[in-house]
Amino acid sequence: MNARQWVASVVMGASLAGAAFAASAQEQMIPSMVYRTGPYAPSGIPVADGYQDFITLINQREGGINGVKLRVEECETQYNTERGVECYERLKALGGTIFSPYSTGITYALIDRAPADKAVIFSMAYGRASATVGNIFPWVFTAPITYWGGASAGIQYFASQLGGKDKLKGKKIAYVYIDIAYGKEPIPVFQNYAQELGFQLELVPVPAPGLEQKSIWLQIRQMRPDFVYLQGWGAMNAVSLKEAAAVGFPREKMLGVWYSSQDSDTQAAGAAAKGYKGLTFHGASRDLPILKQLKEVVLDKGLASNGAKHFGEIGYLRGALNALFVVEALRTAQEKFGKGKVMDGEQSRWGFENINFTEEKINKMGLQGFIAPMKLSCDNHLGDGKALVVQWQGDQWKPVSDWIEPEHPKLWPLYLRDAEAYAREKNIASRVCAKS
Amino acid sequence: MFYRESGQFKTSYRADQAIFTIPQDRIFFALFMLMAYVGVPLIASDYLYTALIIPFLCLSLAALGLNILTGYCGQLSLGTGAFMGVGAVSAWNLAYRIPDLNILVVFILAGLITAAVGMFFGLPSMRIKGFYLAVATLAAQFFLPWLFVKWGWLTNHNSSGVITAPQLELFGWVINTPMEKYLFALSIVALLALAAKNLVRSNPGRQWMAIRDMDIAAEIIGIRPMVAKLSAFAVSSFYVGVAGALYLFVYLGSTEPDGFNINLSFQTLFMIIIGGLGSILGSFLGAFFILLLPIFLTRVPPMLGFEFSTALVSHLEFMVFGALIVFFLIVEPHGLARLWQIAKEKLRIWPFPY
Amino acid sequence: MMFFLEVLIGGLMAGVMYSLVALGFVLIFKASGVFNFAQGAMVLFAGLFFVGFMELGVPLLLSLLLTAAVMVLLAGVIERLVLRHLVNQEGIILFMATIGVSFFLDGFGQTIWGSNVRQLDVGIPTDPILLFDGDILIQSFDLYAALVAGVLLAILVVFQKTRIGRALRAVADDHQAAQSVGIPLNVIWVIVWSIAGLVALVAGVMWGSKLGVQPAIVSLALKALPVLILGGFTSVPGAIVGGLIIGAGEKLAEVYIGPLFGGGIENWFAYVLALGFLLIRPQGLFGERIIERV
Repeated sequence: MNARQWVASVVMGASLAGAAFAASAQEQMIPSMVYRTGPYAPSGIPVADGYQDFITLINQREGGINGVKLRVEECETQYNTERGVECYERLKALGGTIFSPYSTGITYALIDRAPADKAVIFSMAYGRASATVGNIFPWVFTAPITYWGGASAGIQYFASQLGGKDKLKGKKIAYVYIDIAYGKEPIPVFQNYAQELGFQLELVPVPAPGLEQKSIWLQIRQMRPDFVYLQGWGAMNAVSLKEAAAVGFPREKMLGVWYSSQDSDTQAAGAAAKGYKGLTFHGASRDLPILKQLKEVVLDKGLASNGAKHFGEIGYLRGALNALFVVEALRTAQEKFGKGKVMDGEQSRWGFENINFTEEKINKMGLQGFIAPMKLSCDNHLGDGKALVVQWQGDQWKPVSDWIEPEHPKLWPLYLRDAEAYAREKNIASRVCAKS
Repeated sequence: MFYRESGQFKTSYRADQAIFTIPQDRIFFALFMLMAYVGVPLIASDYLYTALIIPFLCLSLAALGLNILTGYCGQLSLGTGAFMGVGAVSAWNLAYRIPDLNILVVFILAGLITAAVGMFFGLPSMRIKGFYLAVATLAAQFFLPWLFVKWGWLTNHNSSGVITAPQLELFGWVINTPMEKYLFALSIVALLALAAKNLVRSNPGRQWMAIRDMDIAAEIIGIRPMVAKLSAFAVSSFYVGVAGALYLFVYLGSTEPDGFNINLSFQTLFMIIIGGLGSILGSFLGAFFILLLPIFLTRVPPMLGFEFSTALVSHLEFMVFGALIVFFLIVEPHGLARLWQIAKEKLRIWPFPY
Repeated sequence: MMFFLEVLIGGLMAGVMYSLVALGFVLIFKASGVFNFAQGAMVLFAGLFFVGFMELGVPLLLSLLLTAAVMVLLAGVIERLVLRHLVNQEGIILFMATIGVSFFLDGFGQTIWGSNVRQLDVGIPTDPILLFDGDILIQSFDLYAALVAGVLLAILVVFQKTRIGRALRAVADDHQAAQSVGIPLNVIWVIVWSIAGLVALVAGVMWGSKLGVQPAIVSLALKALPVLILGGFTSVPGAIVGGLIIGAGEKLAEVYIGPLFGGGIENWFAYVLALGFLLIRPQGLFGERIIERV
């Protein structure tokens, strides 16, 4: 930040503070829990930028939601649970209603607090997979997909590469994961599939933080798997890619879950990443209409956060998607509880539960290719979203598949079983949802 | 002037052995506890409880435990995080598998289990010292969370290994609101701190200090190093284990085993070295400093009207924090507790120079 | 058998990379008795400056020199602002001071250069080399790393025989005695921290080429600790040999013992290995000082 920007931001900050009092009645506070620093910052920064820029887009283009301006309040968690809880409490006190913790640890700590606080926890494709069950976790949303869904989509993609599910029989798939809760989450899904489809599953845990994986990849070289599904985190991903290159495992046969396939991972791996594939739950090409809108309204006017350094990256789009969900929830809520009003926690939740991205709406909003149609409800906090496979071209990601729908009917019993176990442990009653 | 002991005579051994020998101290402490039990609940918001005070209580208890081992007995440990994990996991298992068990019993048993584990990892201290010993505890730090993850039974075969604390209930009192949780944690911490204070003033504590100051001399005057060291490991781990159980049950609610990682160990170690090694008060001051200062630092610039980017604020926070540590060390190497002592000395003779 | 050899070689090579980090610890501990917690942060700091200069278009060698200058300057500043004020304090207090330095460097480096991953390519080839008809795979990058470590070791060993090197060892033995025979303590400390800074630069370049330069590099210090313990805190060759043993040991354990327990054991196995050695030989493999036993 140079001196002029600095002065400008101070002046702007002061004037904003002044203006805030005047307009506070018509402002919706949007909490943004970010990690722009610390060991995981490379994956946190683009997300935080995208989130902020999308909100700026809504404010600039539409003057907020039905006239209610959106004000982003950032809080730095450093990916640390204590800091995250502190951020949550602070932002809640400032009037935040929808929180995206962006950390498994923080999410778990907040799940128990949310009902008492009437705060919506939106853990977009991370956190507790079974929080998808809205009857038992009324305040937690996991849309549009979970790690279990990712595993399911991954298996289907592998099958489609071979030309059919029956072709997986006798093949070998290595699941390479970081040995913490996040990495362990999808193991049961893989095991179910291995049994059902008759492929051989090799579980390859990598001790956190995974900066050294020589033995892992020598083992994989020995195993000769047909595919590798990678669920790594932070600096581990780039190491996996480099070691894969070193042992000569084709990157085209590696599929990373969304947190293993961000620009920061592939950039750090350099040439070794070319051809590597990743799963996303949103479109990721650089010519998406949504990026054009962001460029026109935010970027070209110099309003982008952090100097637009990560504009268009996969993490940036993910941040924008997160903000899109938040905005859509508030907009939906306003339709029921009064346009031009500031929504509280309960209303925000209602809004979330009634999000319905139809084909028509997606086209109208200019979100083609960015998201697949989905619909949330009182008992379905997932929306049964879809996944997309993208491939690293050396400088950017390109989609290489159609939308893949995870086999939700197979996954739902698993969600229910896990959620019910939680309910029994915590002694909470399941909420009855009106069937729509 | 206001704080002086002249004219106060101790006429019995009892008076001489009191924790606070000076009435001013007693009054101050009584006021402080009154403040903690009555004042804080009157003014504190939920934010203060859940974001600051409760984690402060949990971590200062862990720091206290570590201080017993490192500050009083001189055995460096870098396994605090893992031992907190042992406390949390065993408390969870006890509460889950024996649902009717009183929560206090759960905490005590969890502490005892941790004490046993701590003693096991303290065994190498018979043979090695200093930074070399720290490695034995680091082995614990890496081994135990691995065990929590791999031994499915410990987390009831939860696919991700996450454990979730049950509802807290004490003799029919359902502990639910942040204030109730605070009072519960405060009572446990206050009780254990009192016990620690008395422990370090009595025979075991003096044995530990003798070992710390010069082990050979201690051995010569009849202190058995093995007993002293292992008892320090046991007591310390007990405290840390209870702190871990509190951390899960009262503060976080649910957590993954990886949450008890090396960073937590370093954090507690920083707390006691900044607060003051070998001081009960120091453990609390250190926890206060490490936990609250960064939050304070992030919130002050905006209050003064400086709007930095979030990233810059936290980078600055790191720098200020590091600089402050160095500054304190140069001014007073023996920690915040020693600064407090000096302040009291100064108060005694104020306003006269000597 | 071939696989065993392959894992063994891979492990030895991984160990070399740990040694690069461990060397910095040893140098400072040997010369000043300070356990330098900031070594990990210094590796990141050096890596950030190096890659930062490269990105500004400065040629490779010049960036290397500029970063070296930065590290020497840093050593001077640390001596002037921190160490000078803490002469004759106990080890634990100096250790705490380095914690403070570590926080500061962490924040300072990221304030200047940001927290993004930066790719670093200094032209070290990464192609695999296949031996015995492809049964054994060695990465050329690792061979270069081993070469770098070897050269570094040679320089450091020779350096110890020089006049300054002897002065360093004198200071390590006894601050006061060294001062009284006319060895300037302050200058020696600056030299030691400069050398450790340069070693950090080498480690930063090697690890940066491997991982990309990113904040996670700070945590490498944890991988270096068992190496230190095994090799002894005060022995430069010990840091290398310790690295080799730890690297080979943990990789072999992961491959051959790990599957029995569900894998992922190498992190703690390194420590257990170091601990096992310690119980037999408390001063580490090459440690000079006999640790008092109780």
